[in-house]
Amino acid sequence: MDLYEHEARELFADHGIAVPEAEVVSLAKEAGPAAERLGGRVVVKAQVKTGGRGKAGGVKFAADAAAAQLTARQILGMDIKGHTVRKVMLARPVDIEAEYYVSFVLDRAAGAFLAIASAEGGMEIEEVAATRPEAVARILVDPAEGVTPAKAAEIAEAAGLPAATAPVIQALYQVLVREDAVLVEVNPLVRTTDGLIIALDGKITLDDNARFRQARWGDTETDPGDDPLEVAAAAKGLNYVKLDGGVGVIGNGAGLVMSTLDVVAGCGAEPANFLDIGGGASAQVMADGLSVILSDPDVKSVFVNVFGGITACDAVAEGIVQALESVQLTKPLVVRLDGNSAARGREILEDRAHPLVQQVTTMDGAARQAAVLANAG
Amino acid sequence: MAIFLTKESKVLVQGMTGGEGMKHTRRMLAAGTDVVGGVNPRKAGRTVDFDVPQDVEGLGATPFSVPVFGSVREGIEATGANVTVVFVPPPFAKAAVIEAVDAGIELAVVITEGIPVHDSVAFHAYAKKHGTRIIGPNCPGLISPGQSNAGIIPADIAAKPGRIGLVSKSGTLTYQLMYELREIGFSSAVGIGGDPVVGTTHIDCLAAFEADPDTELIVLIGEIGGDAEERAAAYIADHVTKPVIGYIAGFTAPEGKTMGHAGAIVSGSAGTAEAKKKALEAVGVRVGSTPSETARLVLDRLAVLH
Repeated sequence: MDLYEHEARELFADHGIAVPEAEVVSLAKEAGPAAERLGGRVVVKAQVKTGGRGKAGGVKFAADAAAAQLTARQILGMDIKGHTVRKVMLARPVDIEAEYYVSFVLDRAAGAFLAIASAEGGMEIEEVAATRPEAVARILVDPAEGVTPAKAAEIAEAAGLPAATAPVIQALYQVLVREDAVLVEVNPLVRTTDGLIIALDGKITLDDNARFRQARWGDTETDPGDDPLEVAAAAKGLNYVKLDGGVGVIGNGAGLVMSTLDVVAGCGAEPANFLDIGGGASAQVMADGLSVILSDPDVKSVFVNVFGGITACDAVAEGIVQALESVQLTKPLVVRLDGNSAARGREILEDRAHPLVQQVTTMDGAARQAAVLANAG
Repeated sequence: MAIFLTKESKVLVQGMTGGEGMKHTRRMLAAGTDVVGGVNPRKAGRTVDFDVPQDVEGLGATPFSVPVFGSVREGIEATGANVTVVFVPPPFAKAAVIEAVDAGIELAVVITEGIPVHDSVAFHAYAKKHGTRIIGPNCPGLISPGQSNAGIIPADIAAKPGRIGLVSKSGTLTYQLMYELREIGFSSAVGIGGDPVVGTTHIDCLAAFEADPDTELIVLIGEIGGDAEERAAAYIADHVTKPVIGYIAGFTAPEGKTMGHAGAIVSGSAGTAEAKKKALEAVGVRVGSTPSETARLVLDRLAVLH
């Protein structure tokens, strides 16, 4: 889960990292008084979970409270790379002497976190890394030792950052570990003209798997721009991603469902979604999944592709039958069942004999059929 | 032969007395796995009776009554166990793996899905330091058909001993390919898991299959996210002499969306299926466009070999 800048800013502050004084508003009329409280001159920043805000006109300087209100009105409601701006942060400007980059990211190959730091912050760090890799220090952190003061000093020195940044680097690692983040990034980390080290902007991605031990994550905002079907599916504990095409796809297991999307696309149709009912799914889970997909008006046909391992195909078939009783089926359903209890599952669907449900025995054949039906519908 | 798991493997199950643990211990026993004990500190000293079909061959003298030990160490001391399968829920999984490493287990197969990545990073580093191999987490485990099955791969999907070695990030794609290649059979099939950090990698399995005299051909199944497949491709170029057939899932996955597995995400230009396919093809690995085409490529290649 990605955090908004203002949420990341709060976590930084909680761990003793200096951040600019700021307020967040969702209405333009609140921006003026907020700017007033911050001393009049402010930077108005769109709060969206995507990069490139500056280039898109989502970050602007305002000289006084009246200008802040006007600027907030311009930025609120803007679309930045498909994200609608619903909040802006107003921050007291700082006088910058130097800009740096510091982050901790997961290095999959090493199975550990990697510190990335550069004395050239503030710009596209990917570009710096690509064109002049020597300007970017990359230092692996031993998870057993963490980032000690000595390690933080080593990271700062390797990147050519002043020694005063070392405590911030150490605190940033504390954010990573204590908050169960998989990415923490400060860009830019600045040195002000009066010698302070301040995190001017930051990004944090939290590990959804750690929700059970991070009670206060309940406070973090879900993106109101999220697809309503994704929200509905998540509420039912389903693994669902909305896509752009017309073939609804349900299957068991992330790998098989991804593969099913590809096979459908290979048959000349676009998948409408990714829906994984997971391992050992009950009839109820299957029925829930099917009703989510059928409520998507873009769906023209549905392909249920199950290779039963832990999941039993008879439970899947019962889930389909259950769904047929609660939702009026108006779109064709192509079902392929293999593996655990496949024979029984096929029988259940044959007995139900719904005119819009057909079974195809191979994954490729079923995908072709679902594609043909979607393109015809 | 087989890799990592053979008929000599003595298997403990951490979390055996839980719902998942019970169900899958029964399946493992039915597949011929030498399950020598469960671990649960609150139920130590008891035994659990499993109702396993009688027609299974190769079971020991008292196959249906499995003792529960208070710790992995006690289990190893009493039985000589060298493998543990972990079904412990996410909040306690890290402690369970560390306990197994401390007890000196050779192989820990971590089935648990949804372990925080900081926990995986911690036990991964700890296991490496102490010489324990970890498979997973968030994986279906591994099977050496006819010998042993550690995890949740259904042995009844016509898995028989054979000449193919399979390594996969995905459980269901493992089953799909095993089913499609059921006539040939497998030396071992290893599901390494779909998390960003896993203990045993594609490369580890490629190295082991290359060294395994019973493996003639290797099937490598990958998916979007990370660059494990690209690294595997580089390894194949330098170290693998046996034929490798590949399959990659996730060509249609959009950028920035996690596709079911915690590790399956395309970030910017990194982690795409296209890049993985290209990397594999560049080193002579043929990559199927569907599971069934992948199976056909395997059959064609084996036909040429014989």
